[in-house]
Amino acid sequence: MNPRRKKRLAIIGSVLIGIGAVSGLVLYALSQNIDLFFTPSEISQGKKETGLMPSLGQRIRIGGLVVPGSVKRDPENLKVSFRLSDMTMPIVFKDSDPMVTVYYEGILPDLFREGQGIVANGTLTEHPPTGLSIEASEVLAKHDENYMPAELAEAAGQKHDKAKYSEKQLDSKRTNSY
Amino acid sequence: MWKWLHPYANPEVSYHFTNKLLPWLSALTAIFLSIGLVWALLFAPADYQQGHSFRIFYIHVPAASLSMGIYVAMAIAAFISLVWQLKLADASAAAMAPVGAAFTAIALITGAAWGKPMWGTWWIWDARLTSELILLFLYLGVIALHNAFEDKNLAGKAAGILTLVGVVNIPIIKYSVEWWNTLHQGSTVSKLGKPSMSLDMLWPFIFCFIGFALLVAVIICLRFRNEILARNSIRPWVRELIQKNTVNNT
Repeated sequence: MNPRRKKRLAIIGSVLIGIGAVSGLVLYALSQNIDLFFTPSEISQGKKETGLMPSLGQRIRIGGLVVPGSVKRDPENLKVSFRLSDMTMPIVFKDSDPMVTVYYEGILPDLFREGQGIVANGTLTEHPPTGLSIEASEVLAKHDENYMPAELAEAAGQKHDKAKYSEKQLDSKRTNSY
Repeated sequence: MWKWLHPYANPEVSYHFTNKLLPWLSALTAIFLSIGLVWALLFAPADYQQGHSFRIFYIHVPAASLSMGIYVAMAIAAFISLVWQLKLADASAAAMAPVGAAFTAIALITGAAWGKPMWGTWWIWDARLTSELILLFLYLGVIALHNAFEDKNLAGKAAGILTLVGVVNIPIIKYSVEWWNTLHQGSTVSKLGKPSMSLDMLWPFIFCFIGFALLVAVIICLRFRNEILARNSIRPWVRELIQKNTVNNT
């Protein structure tokens, strides 16, 4: 390699290393702010590294798994509440885990079910009987990276039913919005 | 190896080599894409919770990973052009940029179309989606720079620097779903060991992926050929070629 090429290689190499180091440090410094949501344990105990804790009345996103048996739907309208616990592998639900209750009024996404990952956006409040809870204005389903044909899923004891809505429930939303 | 590669630094040799490559690549693309898409869209089993909506996976995932792959290839070309000042490397980078931008756009649009019924939203500013959007802007910037200067060498230099700076975004896109919590799910097929999908869903994906990769190769070859001709239009061999073609056509 002739000296001019060597010099260019050195300049470009050092610029690239510099940019890599700078963006690495920026991302490291921002790391907790890039997270999309708080997990239930982070809401009750604070983030692991910084201890950052959301305060009551703050608008946050929460992400967690819907605790089986915790989904309560009002038969008259679209009000629904459910509890979320941390997403941990393997999936186990213990009563001692930190949980946050989500209250929501609206139609749930198709993938919503017990045991599914959910991201909800709303205000953090404290309800006396259930403890920390979120008054959600938006509920999103988080899909995992597993895809399975229906027969295989059935054999593994998994199935998925979309939430169904009666006319009455849907009507309540229509009259409310006018 | 240098001895073997050296003749291809000549535009004329490269042009004829690309010409010879094209029919083979096109035939393979047609085979893989038609088998892959028919298999994936009609015969692969539906997912147990997403139903048929999951089939968008067969276009979304190849488009997204190729959008990153093309960027890496473009960055290597930009690096070679900056260090060794090889004009053909510039031409190839200019040929790749619009293809990469198109595949990034396809990944973003198919992702949004899947996100609305499955997640419940078209768009969310999580780490994966945002970094992929930045990739689209990087591509658009590179295309703009390639066209911003009369002097193609100057344009290639400016675009090459932007390309190399933008490379930091590639690992961010790739690992965003592992480093931060996001709404976007983790990787299904590139997971080490067992992929998280059954084999009768995975095989059509492999065909689709190879098919799209070949399609990218075909489009880039076509564009590369055009770039060579446009950049060497005053050379005698190009004039000869054009004369020969016009005589043949009339």
